[in-house]
Amino acid sequence: MSSQARTYFDEMHSGPAGVRDLYANYANWLRDVPAAQLESKRQEAELLFRRVGITFNVYGENAGTERLIPFDVIPRLLAAKEWDVLSKGAIQRVRALNMFLHDIYHDREIIKTGIVSENILTHSQYRPEMFDVDVPGGIYAHIAGIDIVRTGENQFYVLEDNLRTPSGVSYMLEDRKMMMRLFPELFRRYSIAPVEHYPQVLKNNLRAVAQSGVKDPTVVLLTPGAYNSAYFEHAFLAQQMGVELVEGQDLFVRGNAVYMRTTEGPKRVDVIYRRLDDEYIDPLAFNPDSMLGVPGLFSVYRNGGVTLANAVGTGVADDKSTYIRVPDMIKFYLGETPILSNVPTYELSKKDDLAYVLDNLPELVVKEVQGSGGYGMLVGPTASKQEVTDFRARILADPSNYIAQPTLALSTCPTLVEQGIAPRHVDLRPFVLSGETVTLVPGALCRVAMREGSLVVNSSQGGGTKDTWVLQEKSPQEVSEIETALKDEVAVC
Amino acid sequence: MLSRTANHLYWMARYIERAENMARILDVTANMALVPNAALSEAALWQPALEISGNAESFQERFSEFTASNVIHFLAMDPENPSSIYSALYSARENARAVRVAMTSETWENINALWLEFSQFEGKDLAVDGLREFCDWVKARSHLFRGVSFGTMLRDDAFQFLRLGTFIERADNTARLLDVKYHLLLPKEEEVGGGVDYYEWSAVLRSVSAFQAYQKVFNDTIQPWRVAELLVLRKDMPRSLHACFTEITAILENLTTGRHVECRRIAGEINASLQYGRMDHIFQNGLHEFLTEFIECNNQLGAEIQNSFLNIHAA
Repeated sequence: MSSQARTYFDEMHSGPAGVRDLYANYANWLRDVPAAQLESKRQEAELLFRRVGITFNVYGENAGTERLIPFDVIPRLLAAKEWDVLSKGAIQRVRALNMFLHDIYHDREIIKTGIVSENILTHSQYRPEMFDVDVPGGIYAHIAGIDIVRTGENQFYVLEDNLRTPSGVSYMLEDRKMMMRLFPELFRRYSIAPVEHYPQVLKNNLRAVAQSGVKDPTVVLLTPGAYNSAYFEHAFLAQQMGVELVEGQDLFVRGNAVYMRTTEGPKRVDVIYRRLDDEYIDPLAFNPDSMLGVPGLFSVYRNGGVTLANAVGTGVADDKSTYIRVPDMIKFYLGETPILSNVPTYELSKKDDLAYVLDNLPELVVKEVQGSGGYGMLVGPTASKQEVTDFRARILADPSNYIAQPTLALSTCPTLVEQGIAPRHVDLRPFVLSGETVTLVPGALCRVAMREGSLVVNSSQGGGTKDTWVLQEKSPQEVSEIETALKDEVAVC
Repeated sequence: MLSRTANHLYWMARYIERAENMARILDVTANMALVPNAALSEAALWQPALEISGNAESFQERFSEFTASNVIHFLAMDPENPSSIYSALYSARENARAVRVAMTSETWENINALWLEFSQFEGKDLAVDGLREFCDWVKARSHLFRGVSFGTMLRDDAFQFLRLGTFIERADNTARLLDVKYHLLLPKEEEVGGGVDYYEWSAVLRSVSAFQAYQKVFNDTIQPWRVAELLVLRKDMPRSLHACFTEITAILENLTTGRHVECRRIAGEINASLQYGRMDHIFQNGLHEFLTEFIECNNQLGAEIQNSFLNIHAA
């Protein structure tokens, strides 16, 4: 990026006198902390993460290779009023998306009105088996991760909606726990909105979507197993919610019900929070080679014998060709004006868009319509000429498989790297939970591209995480009282 | 609880106990090497360590000589030997990782830390230096594991299965140790109580932390049949067969599930033979025969536990 003189919005510094008001206190504190102390806190965090086993496996590396996601000790701050907008916008999107999913698997009003093309029914993530299946509460995406980026003081964009098995929430929670351990004094000084109740909210929601008539529903979390890249998160959430962490082999189907194999015999399961993609949940219905799923699960699900979260078939709503229609969905289903904007997106299935994109590849980001995890994408400005040429050939082979977006000037946030504190690009993924209500806890996973200039924040591509602080306002009176108290403490020591 | 979870917990505990016992055997064997004339040759000293763990054959497929260096590497650090300390601790940690939810975070972190710490010994030739330190470390980590699980875990079935694994494995290990040593130390023609090397027997006692206990209980010079009595019948000797089965029968009583009639029967039968058995009768019929049968029955109990609770087909 160095060849192009672009300026980025910096979360801490893009303000009058070089510091935004929101960060004023923190910036002062950070300035006074010796670099060595910050570095030792970073090392302490790494040691603790390794000890606790907060690790992930990378596909393609040796089986069982466990890596740490880099953790940054400098938090990202959000003002309460910023958060207010983001959370309302995210909730609005998820409400519309759930209504869209219900519609697309029932009456298809949105196709009749022409907002969404009929082509969607041929989409690989569309599940014809789900047609006319009623899911409890009409909720499909019980857990949604909405990726949001920022380019200016008031410019937030939704980059994508993750509606299948979004991951990363454990880092939101563990990063918070770590920050409280490393910097307790900061938590007393600022009023940082707590996020620790996330698992409780999730569990209540999952219990609420059991089939009607189930009195004390049994919830389980279905994981692909200990070698999955997100296994730590599965184990963590199961533990925090106090539910069984099961693998496919632990479950079986009998009659119109799903049971788990326990030391006391079969036990009925009512709600499965599955962290397994549609294709793998049932070898009889989908991928016949799947060893991870439960034979017969899907037919029980269709007949209402068990609830799956997220529902089967949500993928049709989170790919990049559907993404383009979300603002229209909000107007159509809710009659509201979208609170959060989409990133302007070119659809390469359209002739004009394709021509424009091919002419401007070095300035654009091109993504596969159904890709995820930062794989299979072209970041024009950082790509070599050869990479651009290669990607052009891939696009031409199947244009409708791609969309393109302008390279967003993702905001940066000060980050501790080898050379000291330096700006690195960040994004934000709040997790929206749908059950009895649609809510989210005041916090998010903040991903940071640790390499200078990089815009790719995915952990599979070397991205790290930061704690996100939603600061509640404190009156000047409160602030001065706390400051005095902290000074007194020092004096007593 | 999930059968798979119970299975992982049970095996996790077994593997840690197995690693501890292997460390004990290596430790005392290395110590014996320091006693002049304790053994005729290096091979005579180290071969029994392989026999106790039951893998002398697989050792011979890979190594030509019973040198200290080969045996120690094979039993302590060899990833290709499924019963090496390395393999046991690796398996313990993999089992733990699969069910980290089912134990307290302290217990999980303890096992994870154990595995992380293990790397400090990798690549070292323990025969040259550091074997004692290594064995002490394995024992200490095993003690820590028992302490942290005992001190933090809810007394539910998960805890019971974990404890069950510990005692089934320990009973097996103590029986094997005694069997091999008794065989080797008592030449056939010699009367029980003949000229047995004091150091050899004290080493056996030390390997199960029973040296001081022996002095307290018998207040006498070390006699082989009394060592056997201590390790077989004494209920108050924590690594004895009787003590293990006192625990095992109690654990089976504590399990809330009602699917284990056969397990209880087998355990009760073994326990009765230890509770009401007399050492002179055991010797009359042959200690070796007794221990062989014991190891078989203990295995049978292990298999029954596997069938009744742990195999996922149980449901």
